Amino acid sequence: MKKFINDPADVVAQALAGIAAAHPELRVDVEEQYIVRADAPRPGKVALVSGGGSGHEPLHSGFVGPGMLDAACPGEVFTSPVPYQILAATKAVDGGAGVVHIVKNYTGDVLNFQLAAELATDEGISVETVLVDDDVAVEDSTWTAGRRGTGATLLVEKIAGARAEEGGKLAEVAAIGREVNAASGSFAYALTAGTTPAAGRPGFELPADEIEAGVGIHGEPGRRREKLRPARDLVRSALDVILDAKSFDGPVIVLVNGLGGTPLIELYLVYGEVAEYLAERGVPIARRLVGNYVTSLDMAGMSLTLCRATDEMIRLWDAPARTPGLHRGA
Amino acid sequence: MDATLARDWMRAAAAAVAADTDRLTRLDAAIGDGDHGVNLNRGFTAVVAALEQAPPQTVSEVLVKAGVTLMSRVGGASGPLYGSALRAAGKALPPTAEVRPSELVVALRAGLEAVRGLGGAAPGDKTLVDAYGPAVDAFEQAVAAGADLAGAAAAAAGAAEAGAEATVPLQARKGRASYLGERSVGHRDPGATSTSLMFKALSQVA
Repeated sequence: MKKFINDPADVVAQALAGIAAAHPELRVDVEEQYIVRADAPRPGKVALVSGGGSGHEPLHSGFVGPGMLDAACPGEVFTSPVPYQILAATKAVDGGAGVVHIVKNYTGDVLNFQLAAELATDEGISVETVLVDDDVAVEDSTWTAGRRGTGATLLVEKIAGARAEEGGKLAEVAAIGREVNAASGSFAYALTAGTTPAAGRPGFELPADEIEAGVGIHGEPGRRREKLRPARDLVRSALDVILDAKSFDGPVIVLVNGLGGTPLIELYLVYGEVAEYLAERGVPIARRLVGNYVTSLDMAGMSLTLCRATDEMIRLWDAPARTPGLHRGA
Repeated sequence: MDATLARDWMRAAAAAVAADTDRLTRLDAAIGDGDHGVNLNRGFTAVVAALEQAPPQTVSEVLVKAGVTLMSRVGGASGPLYGSALRAAGKALPPTAEVRPSELVVALRAGLEAVRGLGGAAPGDKTLVDAYGPAVDAFEQAVAAGADLAGAAAAAAGAAEAGAEATVPLQARKGRASYLGERSVGHRDPGATSTSLMFKALSQVA
């Protein structure tokens, strides 16, 4: 393992200290491990709190700021935050209008946020939970933990965040978040596994000529291992899965997302293939974003997310956001 | 069992987790995300520290404190699950200096119900329930047959280990391993394995 770290045990805390130093517009509680907008709590504004394991940066800590999240709770690498940490962040941002928890569908995240929501409710804070489960590589059935939350988390945080910023009520903010999730589908490929600082070795082994199709953002396997093929074929296969899984009968927002170890030159090549194939399939692209947003440490790989966007979603997608990881508009 | 023995149990559990951290992590890397050993070790290290800092005087308080510490320090699925189990077990005990094996049966079962309520796992889903369930059954049967704490704990430890081993051919239906589908078959469940360590630790100190 070669990483720019001091001690594997200190990575999350020291990265938080670095975020605090780099972003005076945010307030970082290194002790309780959360990050909030410096102007929190904002009276009368619905607050958005997300969180999850670290290692997916800029998700979630990089999306704290006006127009997106009010707080983020990073857990240990690939490990969900704990209930008391989420409760502390929830209390720090509650402006009296309620708090929306945005939770990726992983057993640990769901359980810890569920306990935190119960604790917050006991303290008189209204909490709505938006569960993100956009990864169509995984079968959604009662026999599994359900689909995983991946790239669409960014879209939910951006669009629901804009709705809250313009004065949306708790139920409205949660509703648009759920709508975005329901309208989204994602599929990812890994070329190599990421290495967690604590483990010190790659999360899984892949032969030199093989890739993991349908990989999750912690390196969980998806559909199958297969031989590496040209990007055009891989993009078309992934889009076929997404287009089969949900209805995309109108304009879409496209996210071409790097998983941490893939250069932008490849991501743009991929976007070109996506645009060409969606044109062939008759799916108009309303908006697009290309870059590293929902990552998996140093995994070489990429994910594609499509969101069937209503006019309302596009309007909120275009609204201003000022966060370390995503800057839009004024 | 008294508070001293309960603290010894938690210390033995912490030592067992520390000794097997790498093994748990490797089992988890095969079908999960490879952090089970590291997370549980961090949590039980905190449990030992919390119990030494202000030693509780009843078994009930020891288990509640251990559970709350795990819930607040571990994260992932194992923190809420083990945390809820110990907390519920502690809350089910009377606030007496000593508790009888029959009272521990009720507590262990309350812990199992807490895990099942929170995680929704049924027997055969390839989770810690597959070790915990048989362990409670064995403990209860041994107590009903007149065994003392040591005898009941030994029976529970044996059943937990057998239950953990029996997860190998199962296909996971809960947690991250469920994403693997059939590819989870042939691997031992890391949560069931750590549960086996918990009961082995109890049997060592009882």
